[in-house]
Amino acid sequence: MLRPRIIPCLLVRNNGLVKTERFSKGKYVGDPINAVRIFNEKEVDEIAVLDIDASAQGREPDYSLIERLAAECRMPLCYGGGVRTVQQFERIVGLGVEKVAISSAAAETPQLITSAAEMVGSQSVVVVLDAKKTRGGYTVWTRNGTMPTHLEVAEAAARAQAMGAGEIVVNSIDQDGVMRGYDLELVGQVRRATTLPMTALGGAGSLNDIGCLFETFGIMGAAAGSLFVFKGIYKAVLINYPSRTERDDLYQRAYSRA
Amino acid sequence: MDYGLGNVQAIQNVYRRLGIPAVLASTPAALMDCSKLVLPGVGAFDWAMTRLAESGLRDALDEMVTGRGTPVLGICVGMQMLARLSDEGVLEGLGWIPGEVRRLDSREDAVPMALPHMGWNDVSPSSDSALLSGLDGGARFYFLHSYYFDCETQAHALAQTDYHGAFASVVGAGNVCGVQFHPEKSHDWGVRLLRNFAEAV
Repeated sequence: MLRPRIIPCLLVRNNGLVKTERFSKGKYVGDPINAVRIFNEKEVDEIAVLDIDASAQGREPDYSLIERLAAECRMPLCYGGGVRTVQQFERIVGLGVEKVAISSAAAETPQLITSAAEMVGSQSVVVVLDAKKTRGGYTVWTRNGTMPTHLEVAEAAARAQAMGAGEIVVNSIDQDGVMRGYDLELVGQVRRATTLPMTALGGAGSLNDIGCLFETFGIMGAAAGSLFVFKGIYKAVLINYPSRTERDDLYQRAYSRA
Repeated sequence: MDYGLGNVQAIQNVYRRLGIPAVLASTPAALMDCSKLVLPGVGAFDWAMTRLAESGLRDALDEMVTGRGTPVLGICVGMQMLARLSDEGVLEGLGWIPGEVRRLDSREDAVPMALPHMGWNDVSPSSDSALLSGLDGGARFYFLHSYYFDCETQAHALAQTDYHGAFASVVGAGNVCGVQFHPEKSHDWGVRLLRNFAEAV
């Protein structure tokens, strides 16, 4: 049976790992390659590495870092940050990355989704929707949460699917780093708008938050940053991940969904 | 085989940790020196076939696999390339295992399903094979694909996986075999499979 996925999401800035709160601050939490090695030992389902400055600064992805990450990962890797062209998709997939994520470029030039899917296949094209709550619903923001778009999150998800994306990641800007649980209303809006595999990011503060997500939506991805890099109320850096038994319990909560 | 596609480095890393010699072969001469081949793949079918054609390795590959009978393991799209053709593209495949590649939701009586099939799933061997030795008790592998290998001969389907119905997740015929999942990204189960290929197949 297909299992839901529990995914550590690592944010990269200046070659180091950071963890943000509501897309700002950015506490240094360690070295990306070292973190991947620890997550290898913990046999994580999948890992996501997002370069949070690349698009905002308009620069190229750091190919040498991506290559080292891909070689080190004993689990599937999703890379995002600074990807704007089909050639970049081709190069990154060629380095051995299973999935490439785009957010700013997907909002600004959605045709990129189609041309990338034709080249590397839909299964490797991930669209990330960074969403912020507004009075009426949820709006997509780009450039690491600094620029609002006119896109409603559900509309953006449906469009990404129509253009050929293989997965939607919905990331709550409001819940980022807050550790009070996923925004289930936001996730629900995206879930109803697409039949693609999807992953929720932003807000997980406990394994129970992941369990609640699975219970509500069934088989999907649950990504988290803070939960897997911090321990305790003072947020000491300690890389962690649920044990196999804990994960099996969480999977059961997905299967139990009527 | 290093033809600019797929995670050759991760595969080599697995073999390095196992102490099994493995090289990244990007020239016909380097390829011809090998006793076994891994054909990795990520991406769309036509793109992969095009990259293989452009690599200059195709003749050497054909000679080894069909001439010398060198064992070859296709991974993901590398497995799909072993088929005659794919619904995902228009180019011809290698045609080493009789069958065609089709979309998972085009199977008979298919229900609507989320595609790609993405994540960890069970692989159940349908017969004894050296490739799957020791992997018959709850082995899980990472899948990321929308297309599957539709074998013409059921005996070529060495293992099955269930995603809204069963499909062949491991195929094999003679010296040619392929896996739909990513063993290089499937923790110890994947390591075991790659070791089996190197030592037992």
